[in-house]
Amino acid sequence: MPFQNTMGDYQTRQTLETFGFLPALTQEEIFDQIAYVIAQGWTPSIEHIHPSQAMNHYWPMWKLPFFGSVDLQQVVNELEACHRAYPDHHVRFTGYDNYTQSQGSAFVVFEGRR
Amino acid sequence: MSKTYDAGVKEYRDMYWTPDYVPLDTDLLACFKVTGQPGVPREEVAAAVAAESSTGTWSTVWSELLTDLEFYKGRAYRIEDVPGDKESFYTFIAYPIDLFEEGSIVNVLTSLVGNVFGFKALRHLRLEDIRFPIAYVKTCMGPPSGIQVERDKLNKYGRPLLGCTIKPKLGLSAKNYGRAVYECLRGGLDFTKDDENVNSQPFMRWQNRFEFVAEAVAASQQETGERKGHYLNVTAPDPEEMYARAEFAKELGQPIIMHDYITGGFCANTGLAKWCRKNGMLLHIHRAMHAVIDRHPKHGIHFRVLAKCLRLSGGDHLHTGTVVGKLEGDRGSTLGFVDLLRESFIPEDRSRGIFFDQDWGSLPGVFAVASGGIHVWHMPALVTIFGDDSVLQFGGGTQGHPWGNAAGAAANRVALEACVKARNEGREIEKEARDVLSEAARHSPELAIAMETWKEIKFEFETVDKLDQG
Repeated sequence: MPFQNTMGDYQTRQTLETFGFLPALTQEEIFDQIAYVIAQGWTPSIEHIHPSQAMNHYWPMWKLPFFGSVDLQQVVNELEACHRAYPDHHVRFTGYDNYTQSQGSAFVVFEGRR
Repeated sequence: MSKTYDAGVKEYRDMYWTPDYVPLDTDLLACFKVTGQPGVPREEVAAAVAAESSTGTWSTVWSELLTDLEFYKGRAYRIEDVPGDKESFYTFIAYPIDLFEEGSIVNVLTSLVGNVFGFKALRHLRLEDIRFPIAYVKTCMGPPSGIQVERDKLNKYGRPLLGCTIKPKLGLSAKNYGRAVYECLRGGLDFTKDDENVNSQPFMRWQNRFEFVAEAVAASQQETGERKGHYLNVTAPDPEEMYARAEFAKELGQPIIMHDYITGGFCANTGLAKWCRKNGMLLHIHRAMHAVIDRHPKHGIHFRVLAKCLRLSGGDHLHTGTVVGKLEGDRGSTLGFVDLLRESFIPEDRSRGIFFDQDWGSLPGVFAVASGGIHVWHMPALVTIFGDDSVLQFGGGTQGHPWGNAAGAAANRVALEACVKARNEGREIEKEARDVLSEAARHSPELAIAMETWKEIKFEFETVDKLDQG
């Protein structure tokens, strides 16, 4: 049957939730998403974990959430510092929303080696 | 001195038309669209509606004098024209809170939309809105978990959730059904859903379905590293059976079950919601039969009322229509009841069909579910209309993909994430729909194929039930 030559196969992947289906974000794209979180009034925060435990709800926090007025570059520097300290860990950026008492956004910025 | 008994038939308006009345904060308020029989004065019809939905009956009875009906009666306190409609009018009625049992949507509806709808002096009657006083809201449990708790449990942040109803909706065996679930979930959906018709038929009994689906959910979670769920429909012939199914879903470690709240009924729904709160289960609510009640513009109950009733009765998700898909739904009106499901305080806004301020206090919010005839091309509009606190469900739009369910799921997930990312970057995704999707499709052959498959499909029919406008 001719269509079988053109039919693709979808390979299951570990996708790590939001933005897991997009190509790795460029530095500029990461900047935009962090700026969005800050503009919503959410508190940026960083957490990390070894890929083997990525299903856990709690990943160790990198320092404390960045309360108060936040500079975009500062967040990016901290993300990179966390990545340097734990090169084989996933590093996730989250925005805490104190109105909903939940997270407004969260996505993995650096994927650890599996 | 006590009143004297005067047998006979009085005009309703003598007692139930009170234009000077100022509603109390504790009153339950209702707005009806009334179409009376020709020749009957508006005030008399409005008063009749107030009477028949509260304390009144057609004749005076002596035992009325044993109570204080002035305290208990409903009052028609305002009449307004319906824009663009000469034969109908709105009437606003205030009911004292003590007319209703605490925490009982069953009781509220039995009063407000009971006998009065068959009343001969009316040609049509439609309940447009109810203002539930905060004092009454506090007697209802509401959603078992609510939006935030569900996000936390499932680890889904910063985007709408993605779902899909398993098709064909009837006739699959349990193992083949589980296969379809597995393929959707491994492809990137957060949820799959039992069709509302799927209960426990001879071709697929519920125990078998639950077991195979549980395996599909577990396998897809492990392989993707994401949390997943399938709405296991526990709607059943009787409450005992419903609870038995719910218990089994919990035993299997499933996160979410499902109920049809109108065919199942508010008594069953409220009970199941309470069970879910006790047992830490999420509850998805389908609305089969709603269009029988809410579609006629002059008769029945508007869906915004049914949505408010569901939020009080309890449910974590509720179907709201899609605006853009195959099923009926006016955009302004839909946005109105989506807010009523999710927000804490919703101000009166006639442009969206909201007749009263509604304060829900701390009642949890309900995810709006958009489902029915939608596909990837609708994604930018859906993300714009429904925002993050929604579940977008693509049935045919997932499983109709030429490469199958997993590829269809991936196509939708890529499209969704591309739209969310672009929105966060400040782009107008509805206007730039083609660009946003085409850029994303460059990295996703699954999305490219989906866009090609559904490029011509539109559902452009006029809405039957529009908002009233001059």
